[in-house]
Amino acid sequence: MDSALFPKGVKRCPTWKFALWIGAVGIVLLWGVYAMLLCWLKGLNQTNMNDYYGFALWIWADLAVIALGGGAFFTGFLRYLVGKEELKNIINFAVLIGFICYSSALLILAIDVGQPLRSWFIFWHANVHSMLTEVAFCLTCYFGVLTIEYLPLILENRQIDKVPFFHNLGHNMHEIMAVFAATGAFLSFFHQGSLGGVAGVLFGRPFAFREGILIWPWTFFLFTWSAAAFGPCFTIFLLKITEKITAKKLVKDSTVWLLAKISGWMILTYIVAKTIDTIYWLTVTAPGAGYSAGFFYDNWFYNIGWLIAEIVVGGFIPALILITEKGRKNPTSLFVAVLLGVIGVSINRWVMVLQVMAVPVMPFDTWALYYPSWQEVATTILPVAYGIILVSLSYRYLPVFPNEVELNAAPEPVAVPETDPDMPAEAAPARA
Amino acid sequence: MLPFGFEWIWDMSHLVFMGGLWYALTIIGVGMAYCIIKAAVDTIQGKGAHHH
Repeated sequence: MDSALFPKGVKRCPTWKFALWIGAVGIVLLWGVYAMLLCWLKGLNQTNMNDYYGFALWIWADLAVIALGGGAFFTGFLRYLVGKEELKNIINFAVLIGFICYSSALLILAIDVGQPLRSWFIFWHANVHSMLTEVAFCLTCYFGVLTIEYLPLILENRQIDKVPFFHNLGHNMHEIMAVFAATGAFLSFFHQGSLGGVAGVLFGRPFAFREGILIWPWTFFLFTWSAAAFGPCFTIFLLKITEKITAKKLVKDSTVWLLAKISGWMILTYIVAKTIDTIYWLTVTAPGAGYSAGFFYDNWFYNIGWLIAEIVVGGFIPALILITEKGRKNPTSLFVAVLLGVIGVSINRWVMVLQVMAVPVMPFDTWALYYPSWQEVATTILPVAYGIILVSLSYRYLPVFPNEVELNAAPEPVAVPETDPDMPAEAAPARA
Repeated sequence: MLPFGFEWIWDMSHLVFMGGLWYALTIIGVGMAYCIIKAAVDTIQGKGAHHH
């Protein structure tokens, strides 16, 4: 029914099957939208946040999707500015994932602020001494850049592309995409960094506070570095899931291996820096503020396992797998590595948001554990459902994967030479 | 916030923050304006009409 909209030469599932899939995910989406409306109409009393625990599940989800969406800016940086031409095969998908992640982050923030109609206040009545203001500026501008990067893909839809103006517009946007990619990399560097900077400057929270250079704590650089390192892991992780669901090969192995290798080296250098930072913090910074190293992990929930999971399981192990040729070229170990990487960076954002809030800061304080309400959970799952729907629609109607046709072409039948039935078997040509 | 707004102060913080925002918005705006205007001119000149 909708086959005229499919990219040229590809096969897609029947419309009823696709509608069923979208409908099933749509139910989850509607559940999230219902919870979102509750938060907007009834207020933030729908959440389990309070004056003590102001940063909660949403802010973790926000920071996590922004880090995971870093694959878009870093792949764009490598493709357009460093000149890694091979990555042209995966850049569309990276941009799509980035677009979903950043639009989700803005959606979560729109729910979190409680008064979305006043969102423009941060631009017009800006507090120019706040790192969060800088985050808001760069996040919004970068979302604009991602929209510009995603737009040509929509314009390349088979039917839209027939309109000369849209064809020319898409062509012109491709021509100056390097300018947008450079702007995106610049904006990403600062907002990823400032998200880390927010934690690092909290001198009243010894679990988060770090030294640094001038106004920038070390967490500023670590957050940018980790987003560039782990973002491509998330792109590859979702690519492999998409390939599994569609039962097709969508991107050349050489492209995936190149991105995995770069990601592996970025993760390794990042995790070494992160380890040095952690050791310095535990042995110099925290004791200087009167806290022993064990104090921060002296809880049944927040124990030393979090640190090991973040640095060793979600850091060194994926890095070592991805930098070795054997590791990244094996489909199973590649998938395990990118999955561990995604978990690792998500744990990092979790501890830098939620554990920071949980650790007691006053002598009379106790550990403040927080349990999200169902409305918070539903609105956090909402972007996942939205992401699945957008990936599904883009895959079905847009040329996201430029190599799909050639990678899934039916093999040419092998020409078998005619044999003489009277010829002895050993003299007949071998059949492949 | 713009320099003629009542909250504006001529200091480094305002110049860096707001200057950075308007700089980024200008690049994005000029870039898109260029693409749209050139696409319109190209279309008028008949480019892209017979690419299929």
